[in-house]
Amino acid sequence: MGLSLELSQVSKTYNGQVILQDCSWVFEPGLTHVLKGPNGTGKSTLLRVCALLEAPDKGRVNYLAGGRPLALDLELKRRITLLLPNVGVFNTSVFNNVAYGLKIRGFERREIEARVGAILEVVGLADKKRQRALELSTGQSKRLGLARAMVLEPEVLFLDEPTASIDQENSEIIERIILEMQEKKRATIIMVTHDPAQAQRLGDRLLLIKNGRLFPSKA
Amino acid sequence: MDTILQGFISAFKLIIALDPELLKIIWLSIKVSGAALILAFLLGLPLGALLALKRVPLRGLILSLINTGMGLPPVVVGLFVYLLLSRSGPLGFMELLYTPGAMIIAQFILVFPIVTSLSHTAIVNVNPVIRQAAQVLGANPLQEALTVIREARYGIMTGGIAGLGRVTAEVGAVIMVGGNIAGYTRVMTTTIALETDKGNFDLAIALGVILLGLSLLINLVFRALQRLGRTGSGVVLWD
Ligand SMILES: Nc1ncnc2c1ncn2[C@@H]1O[C@H](COP(=O)(O)OP(=O)(O)OP(=O)(O)O)[C@@H](O)[C@H]1O
Ligand SMILES: [Mg+2]
Repeated sequence: MGLSLELSQVSKTYNGQVILQDCSWVFEPGLTHVLKGPNGTGKSTLLRVCALLEAPDKGRVNYLAGGRPLALDLELKRRITLLLPNVGVFNTSVFNNVAYGLKIRGFERREIEARVGAILEVVGLADKKRQRALELSTGQSKRLGLARAMVLEPEVLFLDEPTASIDQENSEIIERIILEMQEKKRATIIMVTHDPAQAQRLGDRLLLIKNGRLFPSKA
Repeated sequence: MDTILQGFISAFKLIIALDPELLKIIWLSIKVSGAALILAFLLGLPLGALLALKRVPLRGLILSLINTGMGLPPVVVGLFVYLLLSRSGPLGFMELLYTPGAMIIAQFILVFPIVTSLSHTAIVNVNPVIRQAAQVLGANPLQEALTVIREARYGIMTGGIAGLGRVTAEVGAVIMVGGNIAGYTRVMTTTIALETDKGNFDLAIALGVILLGLSLLINLVFRALQRLGRTGSGVVLWD
């Protein structure tokens, strides 16, 4: 079965300032968890800690498969991924950006071509395949980031404000992609958004961060 | 006035006729400076990357030394390499003085700090989000470092071009350690110096024109690379 993620009393401090405090949660596999909260309350930090980019100062981040905790190693890291709020587009073609994760995993050229081609269709960037990725618009870059993450077929996918500063049309495209993922795959999605309506549309579980603490949220 | 005009006319004749002596001198210049540059890259790029990506003890001091090295006067380097390679010097047994090998060593010392420093700067200036992107996409530490370095590639190449500009135009070091021996260690700059001394302007002007052209070419490549490092060019250099 899928990966489940458990936080137990996770705390994170930057320069003596407490950002996250005693955050505990069980993220059930296959569901979409939406995280809300005011600016600067630690949502992105929580996602980075969950995605194993940074270690917590206190508490534990546990990934479990069939009830057994997994080592937090590269093998596990390659089963999860995070769409960063500002994507981090590589200075190369759109194709190479999306192929990156597959290349470093040692996939064969033909398989990479096929998978990247298919995912670019999904995000509507197929015609931009050979274009320099830095020339994409903000909305296109977000879709590129989404494709780069989705092509890896992650078991846990973190999305940090996937539709921030994106127009209506692009937001709808991105939401549709997320909904399709929910229907088809068994991926656990953990996303941050400032849009309450979007949280309602996409979230199976709603969470709120306030003053570094994590709460369940009803609406 | 007449001599100068005469000089230019003969110079262009030499260039158009692809005069063998001229070609030989140009070819040696390319070989010596090219070899120095390649060696500088082999050592300078990893060092620059290491200083940019890892916590290295004494990093500040090392960077200061390297930056000082960027401004080394060629004659001082020439003197240093001369003393090193002269018969009584510590490396005298290698019998490299007055050979192209000695010239490569001298030019290497001149270009190494430039390549290292500009590689370091280019890699340090890569947006930190690139490193995070590599991590979240599953890069191991080596792949992550290579990704950041690759993102800095235009800046790194700019460093190489800047270094090449410096060594091809340099005369002080190569003349001291190469000796300007006809057909053996005579490069463009040393030939210009010598032939001008002898009042023999044809070859000097021909080489001067070529050197200027080379310098122009280097500048054009330099600017193109800087443009590619930013956005907006449509060209993809790696696949
Ligand atoms: N690497 C860091 N070093 C120091 N402080 C940091 C770092 N990253 C985040 N912070 C601080 O931690 C706090 C929480 O930041 P975070 O980015 O997690 O907030 P957020 O909830 O995602 O906000 P937003 O809604 O604006 O994206 C902020 O005060 C920020 O300044
Ligand atoms: Mg944030």
